[in-house]
Amino acid sequence: MPEVLKAPLVLEFPFTRSLGPVQSAFLTGLRERVVLGVRTSDARTLVPPVEYDPVTAEELRDLVEVAPTGTVTTWAWNHAPRRGQPLDTPFAWALVRLDGADTALLHALDAPGPDTVRTGMRVRIRWAEERTGAITDIACFEPYDGAAPRLTGHDGHFDNAVTGIVAPARLDYTYSPGRAQSAYIDALAGHRTVGERCPACRKVYVPPRGACPTCGVATAEQVEVGPRGTVTTFCIVNIKAKNLDIEVPYVYAHIALDGADLALHGRIGGIPYDRVRMGLRVEPVWTEGARYPDHYRPTGEPDAQYETYKELL
Amino acid sequence: MSKEPVAVVGIGQTKHVAARRDVSIAGLVREAARRALADAELTWADIDAVVIGKAPDFFEGVMMPELYLADALGAVGKPMLRVHTAGSVGGSTALVAANLVAARVHGTVLTLAFEKQSESNAMWGLSLPIPFQQPLLAGAGGFFAPHVRAYMRRSGAPDTIGSLVAYKDRRNALKNPCAHLHEHDITLEKVQASPMLWDPIRYSETCPSSDGACAMVLTDRAGAARAPRPPAWMLGGAMRSEPTLFAGKDFVSPRAGRDCAADVYRQAGIADPRRDIDAVEMYVPFSWYEPMWLENLGFAAEGEGWKLTESGVTELDGDLPVNMSGGVLSTNPIGASGMIRFAEAALQVRGQAGEHQVDGARRVLGHAYGGGSQFFSMWLVGSAPPHS
Repeated sequence: MPEVLKAPLVLEFPFTRSLGPVQSAFLTGLRERVVLGVRTSDARTLVPPVEYDPVTAEELRDLVEVAPTGTVTTWAWNHAPRRGQPLDTPFAWALVRLDGADTALLHALDAPGPDTVRTGMRVRIRWAEERTGAITDIACFEPYDGAAPRLTGHDGHFDNAVTGIVAPARLDYTYSPGRAQSAYIDALAGHRTVGERCPACRKVYVPPRGACPTCGVATAEQVEVGPRGTVTTFCIVNIKAKNLDIEVPYVYAHIALDGADLALHGRIGGIPYDRVRMGLRVEPVWTEGARYPDHYRPTGEPDAQYETYKELL
Repeated sequence: MSKEPVAVVGIGQTKHVAARRDVSIAGLVREAARRALADAELTWADIDAVVIGKAPDFFEGVMMPELYLADALGAVGKPMLRVHTAGSVGGSTALVAANLVAARVHGTVLTLAFEKQSESNAMWGLSLPIPFQQPLLAGAGGFFAPHVRAYMRRSGAPDTIGSLVAYKDRRNALKNPCAHLHEHDITLEKVQASPMLWDPIRYSETCPSSDGACAMVLTDRAGAARAPRPPAWMLGGAMRSEPTLFAGKDFVSPRAGRDCAADVYRQAGIADPRRDIDAVEMYVPFSWYEPMWLENLGFAAEGEGWKLTESGVTELDGDLPVNMSGGVLSTNPIGASGMIRFAEAALQVRGQAGEHQVDGARRVLGHAYGGGSQFFSMWLVGSAPPHS
């Protein structure tokens, strides 16, 4: 049995987040080195601020300035910072209740080691040199024994407020297609298409998934299908996809390989796009080193009758 | 013990647009929820539970957004749960909420669905590059266009039907202040002259990408008796699913859709949907899905759905109006789209649909589907309570 394949899969995307009035004021404040909280109906000050009262659900808009100094309420040591975290040397993740606030803010605390950090210790914000209106405008917290500075009493109204941020997200996986698909991919390397037959309904699945989705039983019996097949339906693609180097227009087709019980998808070439039709008989065209056929081209056989493929659209 | 009858007493939507840059996700859902409460003349304190739905988290990049939305929806101290069934989620979310009332678990439930597509790119979220797999060759339209061609082959429908649907839905949208697309200068010629993207699907026959939310207040008999405006009564509701791909799958008329509709009709005592149902709000993201769903839902025999469209039966003033709101073709915040269909059905039987009201609408079907035509959810609502 061929080896089960594995490969890294990294998903990355820069999400564009609209902030709404409260987060807009909070992040714009950070840009101006002002920390804002929001006052609730029971006179508490929440930092970071939220848009809606956690107790009454009423809208909150009364922004008040709090100090850049505060007290650690709890913490955990991070021995091995990962990419994208606030500091690249070991640090404490700390919840800090800023002076004037009733809730704590999560951020990094720069300290020499875990034995120098304790709940109740006094800290202050270390501002980033370049600030854009983001939580990273606070570079981190640092130990601080001095008095709280005087506040300006900012009301949260700024010129040129930040209204949106870009929040990049990244997920790292190790992906494995599993036993059945690994065998299918292995066979493709020899230009053979091998599916699996369901022991209950006898249908041949290409590509195989290792189980029949209709009967819910495992599949193991390998069946070679094709290489020829029938175009069962198709569309003509007139818009260029960003990540594909294919000249438009081209035909994207469902192709039922001979012996398979459902169609797979492929591009049709070797024939003008406007002459492709349902029932056209095709065969794969391979290019050097490719895992999948580059496209399928007409075999020259007479078209298949609709009745023979109408269940395979 | 029989089920508790379920009534819709409040409906709220945002004005759907391409990008709501002025609000956070919390602000967006809050707007729809407040409007639904105002319609029902209720407050947060009157709500016993919140059921929320949206499509994949990748669409906004906020994992489990419901966790942070509890404050915005007054759900603190109450049960709150999230439903996810791809594009049909707005419908199944409403049904989960309705079942909580029908089972007498809760008296009054707020249900809400949303999508803020401007925060991401749905096409990216749906076509992740999986190792070893062939890249998707054609995007969402390319996925559905071959099925449309299969329908045309099977039914013999003339190739003009898709443009008739788009022209109708865009005109209906002009009467709906919440709709995203308001194409005041729309003509049939313009639809037919729009670029062919994935032949046989033209640009004007596809849905937009929207930011929006939709909310409903569902309640029991006692709650309905206190309602300030006429309620919509749920007469039947069902969900069905099937695999994305399997040998014998009928993409043109999926079995899960047929079975789901049959279940709803059985619950509601509908013998002949074409005769007994006054209007339909169905999930049509590409215009050709109108005739396809007309057949799948039993309003026309196989191969005959396009004739209803062609003869004007599905127009707003026709015998069986379809997509009075302008439909998904005019508004598509994906996660909310199913609930907007359900809400439009309820607005119609309440007589609250404004300029797109169908006169005398007494029984209206709301329909949603999602994934690779694999999740279906539907409800039938009426102006009168269910028998029994």
